[in-house]
Amino acid sequence: MTLNAKIPPGEMNKKWSDYKGHVKLVNPANKRKLEVIIVGTGLAGASAAASLGELGYKVKAFCFQDSPRRAHSIAAQGGINAAKNYQNDGDSVFRLFYDTVKGGDYRAREANVHRLAEVSTSIIDQCVAQGVPFAREYGGLLSNRSFGGTQVQRTFYAAGQTGQQLLLGAYSALERQVALGNVKMYSRHEMLEVVKIDGKARGIIAKDLITGKLERHFGHAVLLCSGGYGNVFYLSTNAMGSNVTAAWKAHKKGAHFANPCFTQIHPTCIPVSGDHQSKLTLMSESLRNDGRIWVPKQKGDNRKPNDIPEEERDYYLERRYPAFGNLVPRDVASRAAKERCDEGYGVGTTKMAVYLDFKDSIMRYGRTEAGKTGMENTDDATIYALGKKVVEEKYGNLFEMYEKITGENPYEMPMRIYPAVHYTMGGLWVDYELQTSVPGLYALGEANFSDHGANRLGASALMQGLADGYFVIPYTLGNYLADEIRTSSISTDHQAFVEAEKEVADRLNKLINIKGKQTVESFHKRLGKIIWDKCGMARNEQGLKQALEELKQLKAEFWSDVRIPGDINEFNPELDKAGRVADFIELGKLMCIDALDRNESCGGHFREESQTEDGEAKRDDENYAYVAAWELKGEDYWELHKEPLTFEIVKPTQRSYK
Amino acid sequence: MEHYHMNLTLKVWRQKNSQAKGNFDTYQVKNISSEMSFLEMFDVLNEQLIVEGKEPIAFDHDCREGICGMCSMYINGQAHGPWQQNTTCQLHMRAFKDGDTIVVEPWRSQAFPVVKDLVVDRSSFDRIIQAGGYISVNTGNAVDANAIPIDKKDADDAFMAAACIGCGACVATCKNGSAMLFVGAKVSQLSLLPQGQPERANRVLNMVAQMDKEGFGNCTNTYACEAECPKGISIANIARLNSEYIKAGLSSEEK
Repeated sequence: MTLNAKIPPGEMNKKWSDYKGHVKLVNPANKRKLEVIIVGTGLAGASAAASLGELGYKVKAFCFQDSPRRAHSIAAQGGINAAKNYQNDGDSVFRLFYDTVKGGDYRAREANVHRLAEVSTSIIDQCVAQGVPFAREYGGLLSNRSFGGTQVQRTFYAAGQTGQQLLLGAYSALERQVALGNVKMYSRHEMLEVVKIDGKARGIIAKDLITGKLERHFGHAVLLCSGGYGNVFYLSTNAMGSNVTAAWKAHKKGAHFANPCFTQIHPTCIPVSGDHQSKLTLMSESLRNDGRIWVPKQKGDNRKPNDIPEEERDYYLERRYPAFGNLVPRDVASRAAKERCDEGYGVGTTKMAVYLDFKDSIMRYGRTEAGKTGMENTDDATIYALGKKVVEEKYGNLFEMYEKITGENPYEMPMRIYPAVHYTMGGLWVDYELQTSVPGLYALGEANFSDHGANRLGASALMQGLADGYFVIPYTLGNYLADEIRTSSISTDHQAFVEAEKEVADRLNKLINIKGKQTVESFHKRLGKIIWDKCGMARNEQGLKQALEELKQLKAEFWSDVRIPGDINEFNPELDKAGRVADFIELGKLMCIDALDRNESCGGHFREESQTEDGEAKRDDENYAYVAAWELKGEDYWELHKEPLTFEIVKPTQRSYK
Repeated sequence: MEHYHMNLTLKVWRQKNSQAKGNFDTYQVKNISSEMSFLEMFDVLNEQLIVEGKEPIAFDHDCREGICGMCSMYINGQAHGPWQQNTTCQLHMRAFKDGDTIVVEPWRSQAFPVVKDLVVDRSSFDRIIQAGGYISVNTGNAVDANAIPIDKKDADDAFMAAACIGCGACVATCKNGSAMLFVGAKVSQLSLLPQGQPERANRVLNMVAQMDKEGFGNCTNTYACEAECPKGISIANIARLNSEYIKAGLSSEEK
């Protein structure tokens, strides 16, 4: 099977408008007869459900949480990018496109990224129209800030709760469609199988998590908006329930999985404090606007941070990358932190942390404020108090969160931070229309692979989720459904539904009847450790091969010794978790295979064998300028399909932020 | 920050399903670190129960960073436990000391039936939003975002109201089981913004009607909701809700 990305012909900046101008349409009367299933209600799912409902399709939306408003997009903190150029600082669609392709270390598909940059401006308009309360200046216009990997201010934000506000906007649009009867919402439901008929996706099997009952749902098309797979690492900034199951079921039904080894380790998270840790908390990248990252110049320096004088601090990002300083992309910043800690310069009790310090910016803001009110010769304490107020308004909720978790006051003492798993660039392979390799099955948002290459820039996940849901899928789905208007709804008594349901039921029965000794949680922890140690911030051939052996053993042990309490036909979170962990174990294997195959470093994928003399990631464009799309051929056996990446506009160079 | 370990007694509400009669069960947990979150302490307890062949305690949780609104425990008589402006998932064990007894119950309200143990059904909140908690703008209809300047104070106040996470602590805390802080926050956000004006009157009337239909009680100004709200949603939003409701009632009569 060859991969056809279906990239429209023509000049890069005309592809999307040409596509929209020629795409097939579905008339309103026919839309009412077409049913669409949407799995997941984060930014991508909720915006798609709302927009498709508005168009008149019959939509069924599913989420495993108790309400669509709780999807993990809600936790995104810092902001959303858009090429509005409201700051007059030289931004444009081209710049956003260019920054994203470069930031992704030339492993993204140019045409998709260009479209993303084009629709970015409409997203901000749409969200403001919905009543999303973005931060504003005193003149009443929108405020911006900067994020990593760019030299312009294009990030729109709502304090440190941008994801929350955007999701609530999409959620309210979704609930409006529920009220109008265009969308039927299934909360506390988990999709456990894709149903295929004559090669096309025609529905899903979902489990009602309250009763444990399996349900069959037909759809002319199925959209997976189920997020990323960062929880394969056990510890990540994802929510506890975030999982790969929907995407993995699709993969098992023929959807190729692309670039699984491309995972993003975010540089600024609260460090692990002990074995009890269940998740990690991000400290928004926006903090790198104002915070300076440093470690002591002296190894094993045990003094309190405030006792270490200025000249004995190593602001290593500013030292190594003078052009971008603290605002280098995430992969670069994470590796630099790891390098310092591995060399013995780390801080805190575990020595696996670096400082993120706000003292300078508090004083800088303080002096500006003092200047505004004509206060001259003010003492440092007053300036500090004035500056603290400004920082509080910008990042108050993040500082509070830090204090709640660590018990330390970040206004008085620098934050301790360390990289943690945050986002997955890999995902289901999709073409330009966001269709997977299974006709009628689509993947949107973090669940697909398409826009971020090997490293996602900050504030671009929200942009992509909403771009896919509000502005891409309403067009591209019509192009498929226009040919489906003669397909009447297929009864869920169809053999394919019966068989799919049986498969799911058999697997649940198998799981619950293992009745072993070890808990699901203990397997998940072991899995996370294998992947973090050997397929985390740095990877090498030997480690990856070892990981594959360990995963084989882990999988065998899981399926013979896991203990799941309770019954199938009841509310049973342990059973749900077991199914997700089982899928994560299989995914972990594919990640290692992919990482092993890609013998180059690019973005977040750092193969120790492939680095420059000064320790930067070294790409190999000659051999690896492709998307690795893996097709499952049998149990734990995959075939690699390569989608070559050609760069018409942004010519690949060794990425430099120096 | 000094770390310490503690042994605790937990009295936890157990209820098999929505029909069953529930009761408190008592558990001992040992060697709990002061650095753990409250839910991590529950993880320890659940792992212990599974190993002992008993059924773990069902509780709602997801993001564990205080923003999704899913966690919902009533701890020692307080929604989300003893810390101010805090969710259960962000409560850390340094709030307790060795030898403490902690009582944990689900949200208790007529409009939030218990699903299992500490898990309740809050779908009534979704239905209130369906009744009008939105601005009717289809995708693609928006004007340029900066075409509508908004007074910074109004924008900030709207944001403060919009910060509600829909957890239901206000309802659980209120002796009347009132959802007026939740409804007031959404009504305030949208009525403060120019985009929310066209539907302003109908929105408040419809949302309040749905709130009453779901069986939520009325506000008698005890301020308990504001005190327990993890996001510090101000009771001023209830005042605004009342005033919006009265104004909307008058204007609809005029029509």
